Amino acid sequence: MVSDIKVSIKNLYKIFGSNGKDMVQKVEEGATKASLQAEYKHVLGLNNVNIDIPARRIQVIMGLSGSGKSTLIRHLNRLIEPTSGEIMVDGEDVLAMSDVELRNFRRNKMSMVFQKFALLPHRTVIDNVGYGLKIKGTDKAEMNERSQKWIDRVGLSGFENNYPAQLSGGMQQRVGLARALATDAEILLMDEAFSALDPLIRNDMQDILLDLQEELHKTIIFITHDLDEALNIGDNIVILRDGAVIQQGSPQEIVLDPADDYVRDFIKDINRARVLDVSSVMKTGSNDSGLELASDVILELAMPAMIKADVTSANVMRDGEVIGVVTLADMIGGIARPESHEGEQVTYR
Amino acid sequence: MELFDDFPSMGRTDLRDLKKGIDFAFSDFSRDNGEAIEGFFDPLMYFMVWFEKLLMAAPWPIMILIFALLAWLGARSIGIVIGTIVSFLAIGYFGMWEDTMATVAIISVATFLCIGLGIPLGILMSRSNRLQAGVTPVLDIMQTIPSFVYLIPVVMLLGIGKVPGLIAVCIYALPPIVRLTNLGIRLVDKEVLEAAEAFGSSYRQKLFDVQIPLALPNIFAGVNQTIMMALAMVVIASMIGVKGLGVPVLRAVSNQYLALGLMNGLAIVALAVIFDRVSQQYGKRLQKHREGGHGV
Ligand SMILES: Nc1ncnc2c1ncn2[C@@H]1O[C@H](COP(=O)(O)OP(=O)(O)OP(=O)(O)O)[C@@H](O)[C@H]1O
Ligand SMILES: [Mg+2]
Repeated sequence: MVSDIKVSIKNLYKIFGSNGKDMVQKVEEGATKASLQAEYKHVLGLNNVNIDIPARRIQVIMGLSGSGKSTLIRHLNRLIEPTSGEIMVDGEDVLAMSDVELRNFRRNKMSMVFQKFALLPHRTVIDNVGYGLKIKGTDKAEMNERSQKWIDRVGLSGFENNYPAQLSGGMQQRVGLARALATDAEILLMDEAFSALDPLIRNDMQDILLDLQEELHKTIIFITHDLDEALNIGDNIVILRDGAVIQQGSPQEIVLDPADDYVRDFIKDINRARVLDVSSVMKTGSNDSGLELASDVILELAMPAMIKADVTSANVMRDGEVIGVVTLADMIGGIARPESHEGEQVTYR
Repeated sequence: MELFDDFPSMGRTDLRDLKKGIDFAFSDFSRDNGEAIEGFFDPLMYFMVWFEKLLMAAPWPIMILIFALLAWLGARSIGIVIGTIVSFLAIGYFGMWEDTMATVAIISVATFLCIGLGIPLGILMSRSNRLQAGVTPVLDIMQTIPSFVYLIPVVMLLGIGKVPGLIAVCIYALPPIVRLTNLGIRLVDKEVLEAAEAFGSSYRQKLFDVQIPLALPNIFAGVNQTIMMALAMVVIASMIGVKGLGVPVLRAVSNQYLALGLMNGLAIVALAVIFDRVSQQYGKRLQKHREGGHGV
């Protein structure tokens, strides 16, 4: 459905340097990031990016350091101006907005969570959460009431009057999250929002985000370089390399059918049994082992269930109907690490 | 080898003519415009005269109370308040009350003037690399050129008195506040600034909600230095007719009165220490929130 696309990015180029506009043609003619740098001293930030981001889903953008993730997300609220291309949000052309329109757009439609939290050190937690509302000109009483609601919602009750420096990293990022949610923006930009946190806290934060999302149904654009994180929270994943989109699809699609060795290299270390569900490895048909598995059960849970039931195959069910059959062997085949095309380890810069 | 023995200098008469030319041009300029410029500064002079009179005329116990109160508001430290009271009592006891009040008056006015000019200038400088490149060398000159050199044109233009003295003090004391405001704003965390922008801040909101508050520790260090430098100019300012502790110091130098010089010198030091401690403590309190620790 066309109306379900919230953000649409078309032919977006960003080239850093004094003469970016002229470089677009060079890139279209096949110049790479390295050659552009070497020959023209311009940095290729984004290379012909096309993404349709669906509403009310979590869209993950991932790629190695320097692949252009931050550059891309900052185009959506025009913290960075593109060299050429088109960005539409709810059918509205972001690049055509005047200063005032852009300000209103940022105040009401799109909010952002930052990697290093970016809280105001001289303001208390409650004032930080209310920061976006203050900019909008919301009156103090309403601001505090709404901020309090979000403070409670992210589990920071009792810390309203603390300063950011008095909180741990995880707590600070909850303030950052509450601040972004408090403006009631429909779109949430998160640039490596959890990358600065240690793994356990990061998992907590992912759970908080997924919890909130179940209720709020925001359009979330989430950047990460951590594939486990991407697979855990992403409904869709875009993989960037040198500013270009290499692959986009659901987590399962990416794990099962990596577009090239760059992506294959990315996914080689992940826990595939946690990403793949039974429907992704099933075959057509049915059997009579007596065990039935819902189609979205992940392999990590399905395999022990089969062992426990002492069967080697099971029917895959969706909406009460058998849609296929899986065997233990299919599952084990599914979680085996795929060979790269050359049969050797491939490494990338 | 003549070239190496004799520097190829400008001829003596030429040089004299050049200097004369500059001198005459400037005295013509000051004859023509001196009054207009003086008129421009008149309100400032009236204010200074009024303020100085006010400080001198107020009963001393009330003044000491006010100083103690200000010290408390600024520093929140009993030690500093007691130090302030004792210093002013000693100053009065040794007969330096009036001169001290005159010095406090000019330092306060100079400081406010420098803050009023310096902070906006620093903010503008932080916005434009070009302006920074243009203003920085001027600030360097203001800080390094011997004060006596700029006393000459100031006195030629405005004669002797409070306003030229004030201008001389400000020329010397202005640079640190400008520099540190500029620096402080440039050092503001870029991600926080980006956050302000991402939430739709206007330019004013960015300046007042983020840039100035986050630059405040640096701006305050600038204010502190400005006060110190203004105090350092007290003696020189008294050479061109500013009343205060500098006058007896000058007299002491020319007549070799050791005790007089020492006492007034120490009074200046006492003022410096009080201003410094109070403004530093105040600056520290401003950034208490930066301290970590779980003060739940
Ligand atoms: N202002 C700039 N001027 C010049 N080059 C820039 C600028 N900003 C980014 N770049 C370049 O653009 C490329 C993409 O940078 P970007 O910050 O978007 O990467 P990233 O994917 O977010 O990386 P990381 O994971 O390290 O945050 C890099 O090569 C970077 O050097
Ligand atoms: Mg980045």
